Amino acid sequence: MCLAIPGKVKKIFDNHTAEIEIGGIVKNASLDLIDHVKEGDYVLLHAGFAIEVIDQKEALEIFRAWEGIID
Amino acid sequence: MKYVDEYRNKEIAQKILRQVKSLSKKKINLMEVCGTHTVNIFRNGIKKMLPTNINLISGPGCPVCVTPIRYIDEIIALSRESDFIITTFGDMIKVPGSTSTLEKEKANGSDIRIVYSTLDALEVARNNPSKKIVFMGVGFETTSPTIASAVLKAQKDEINNFTVLSVAKIISPAMKTLLDGKEVNIDGFICPGHVSAIIGSKPYNFITTQYKVPCVICGFEPLDILQSIYMLVKQIEDGRAEVEIQYERVVKPEGNKIALDKIKEVFKVVNSDWRGIGNIPLSGLEIKDKYGKFSARKFEVEIEETKESRGCRCGEVLRGVITPHECPLFRGVCTPENPQGACMVSTEGTCAAYYKYN
Ligand code: SF4
Repeated sequence: MCLAIPGKVKKIFDNHTAEIEIGGIVKNASLDLIDHVKEGDYVLLHAGFAIEVIDQKEALEIFRAWEGIID
Repeated sequence: MKYVDEYRNKEIAQKILRQVKSLSKKKINLMEVCGTHTVNIFRNGIKKMLPTNINLISGPGCPVCVTPIRYIDEIIALSRESDFIITTFGDMIKVPGSTSTLEKEKANGSDIRIVYSTLDALEVARNNPSKKIVFMGVGFETTSPTIASAVLKAQKDEINNFTVLSVAKIISPAMKTLLDGKEVNIDGFICPGHVSAIIGSKPYNFITTQYKVPCVICGFEPLDILQSIYMLVKQIEDGRAEVEIQYERVVKPEGNKIALDKIKEVFKVVNSDWRGIGNIPLSGLEIKDKYGKFSARKFEVEIEETKESRGCRCGEVLRGVITPHECPLFRGVCTPENPQGACMVSTEGTCAAYYKYN
């Protein structure tokens, strides 16, 4: 039930909602729970709400950490 | 980056697995608390990839599974009243109460509607001003801010026929109860990523300081889970017990302040019953008196006598004491089509995951 899916913010509306694209499907979501979001960002969508913005820099860490390792 | 497929890279998965293998030969029990982790562990065959000394135990983190029967009975009783509309996430509709389910009540004519979001439930209220709308407030901290947000919106827009019957839960007290119960030996916790996106890392600190059990807050893709296992095994081998965040692209140590403020505004922390575990102090969220008109507790309704399903061992499954295979009803009597317990109903229930993927 705590499932949340990454989606791309396409368009932000004045009433604190946004259009969010997930795998080609566009959904409307509430931005009531986040404030630092802009169009083009990826957010995590849970039950109709964006609950957090995905940090792009941190997202690459895991590859940096493991790609260099030769074992 | 789409933040999905990249985290399914097989080569990196193999690298992590080799490191895990060379790091430790000890017998290690790790509990994944969250039901979404349980499902993803099975779906990706992670249990089978791991070296045999590392054992994953499923925990109590499926909100549907831990919702008490009496709560289901209460909702069913309300649904039988003529001027009520029940709104719920789809997961709850098949959960067995003492003698019925919402699905059966719906077939018998009760107005029960599946919604995708609390805001959809609010719309149902807006469009049906002569009816009383009850939203089933089930969930952990990932979901509770969305419930709080709907209550605040109902207040602002004066949608006074909207109510919530809250059994929202807080996960960390349940982890404490499992540790105190000592029924299973837990060497490390794979902590829920999306709950932690809201609450941050601090609520787990007591687990590492008082119980010396390492915690890693984990994302949901295969590489996330494998890396978290690696981080836990490393902590155990180093003799450390810390709260580490693997899911750094989403989780900040302080959590999501806006969401936390909304939870604080609308809810008070109360003792709460967990199906299969019992009453856990300060583990539930109830609507504050200030917002009492939006709480469905104000409706008085007669609730039938509670009857637990005979032979179902969901409680022990939720506490990690047995695997579903050890339940005599598993597969033969109890199936997703004919579930005897909530652990088989919910797609995130441990019994359902074992049934589907094992
Ligand atoms: S298999 Fe069915 S009856 Fe057995 S514990 Fe799981 S849900 Fe309960």
